[in-house]
Amino acid sequence: MMIEDQVMDAQERIGFRLRGLYNGYGYSRYRMGKFEEYDLYSRNKDFLFSDSVITFTDTNGRLMALKPDVTLSIVKNGRDNPGQIRKVYYHENVYRVTSAEDGFREQTQVGVECMGDVDGACVAEVLKLAAESLKLCADEFVLEVSHLDILSSFVDGIAPDAATREAILHCAGEKNLHGIRRICRENGIAEGAEEPLIQLLSLYGAPKAVMPKIRALADENGVGEAAAELGRAVAGFAGTPMENKIRVDFSATGDTKYYNGIAFKGFISGVPGSVLSGGQYDHLMRRMGRRDKAVGFAVFLNMLERLNEEAGTNA
Amino acid sequence: MLNIALPKGRLGEKVYAMFAGAGFECPALLENSRKLIFDNEEAGVRYFWVKPSDVAIYVERGAADIGVAGKDILLEYRPDVYELLDLNVGKCRMAVAAPEGFKDNQDRTLRVATKFSRIARDYYTSLGRDIDIIHLNGSIEIAPILGLSDVIVDIVETGTTLRENHLEVIETIVPISARLIANKAGFKFKTEPIERLVNELRKEVSQE
Repeated sequence: MMIEDQVMDAQERIGFRLRGLYNGYGYSRYRMGKFEEYDLYSRNKDFLFSDSVITFTDTNGRLMALKPDVTLSIVKNGRDNPGQIRKVYYHENVYRVTSAEDGFREQTQVGVECMGDVDGACVAEVLKLAAESLKLCADEFVLEVSHLDILSSFVDGIAPDAATREAILHCAGEKNLHGIRRICRENGIAEGAEEPLIQLLSLYGAPKAVMPKIRALADENGVGEAAAELGRAVAGFAGTPMENKIRVDFSATGDTKYYNGIAFKGFISGVPGSVLSGGQYDHLMRRMGRRDKAVGFAVFLNMLERLNEEAGTNA
Repeated sequence: MLNIALPKGRLGEKVYAMFAGAGFECPALLENSRKLIFDNEEAGVRYFWVKPSDVAIYVERGAADIGVAGKDILLEYRPDVYELLDLNVGKCRMAVAAPEGFKDNQDRTLRVATKFSRIARDYYTSLGRDIDIIHLNGSIEIAPILGLSDVIVDIVETGTTLRENHLEVIETIVPISARLIANKAGFKFKTEPIERLVNELRKEVSQE
């Protein structure tokens, strides 16, 4: 039996279309329960959107939680497969605090995770899937891509301690260049030492326009290989209709305790925040005792609730 | 068209003068009328006045592409926005003030009255000091005088109100000024006009 589009809301329509897209790329559905032992989240609080988790004591006395995240469960329940790649997608509800005023909210996410012997081709495929996911939501979209190893290297080169590093990375995510300069002066960092970082953060735009400058800057600062990796990740879009939707932008940051390499965020016109977020998370895998590499992303369907009210969308 | 949220009041008027000087004028904005939204299609801008503490909400939620908010509001509410420029106006500082001659007794929990609970908590956490936050919405200076709190954390501009109430600044937490902020998604789709505005505004910023 076919389900007609008009009986579904925008979230449901897009959710099912995304599942179809991921299926077509050979990703298999990953199903999971709503509960997980709280211990998993207490050990990885920084990975979550917020510290708050809904907990309850199960009949056997174990402290359980309503899932605030999907990736942690997939990593925890998976096993290393040397030489192989496991591709899964999910369509699940999570329970998290988005702001202190809102309290807990149920949110629906669709996402993909690619784990195992992940190489540049896998990362490029996931990036392509991210762009196609955005295209399914709306004609007007932007996928911004950065490389955390490049950003980290520039920040580590000037930050004298972990607190300063965090503060500078926070400013990087806000495109707050005056804030970076102020932090540097307050922490006794030599005048001008932050300039390469300022230049890096000022270089945002279409890959064709900015990649040559990023490569040159990265070469000067000893991270030429990471810049080449970034170049390869976005090269697949060159000459395609999606080329002008891709932006290289180092303000797309992530917690480097968990993430590394390519990081990306997706935006669609008319929705005020990012509707898609993803990247490589080998560091999370190591923290959880896994040797595999991993890359993935999530689409936040709740952000798309009002999408069909906007003109020109595909919802 | 760029949607711009400006803070009502003296700071907003000062900031608008900078926007006008940068070539984004909209004279109707200063006329005494009940209008809420002001367009200048030629300059590609639409302004609206909002309560200063609400500017960041309008921008974060995309009702405004850009806006001007005090650093105090950005630190307290941490909206997910870009902070593109320090406009170097509305300068003041977030400070701890106490009755003249105050001596902190480290044996006791410090009672702190403030409108800025998050800033106060972050500051004292960084010092490892145990505090009891008393959240007030105004007239913060009265709290230590009536014994409601030991100290206050508040914005200090000239210090006149503090002096008149026999209070003094004992620590500056962070300097404050007005910042140009932008909605993250709006920036992606209106990059060129926002960059043009930022570049022109930068020329209007006093370096004093």
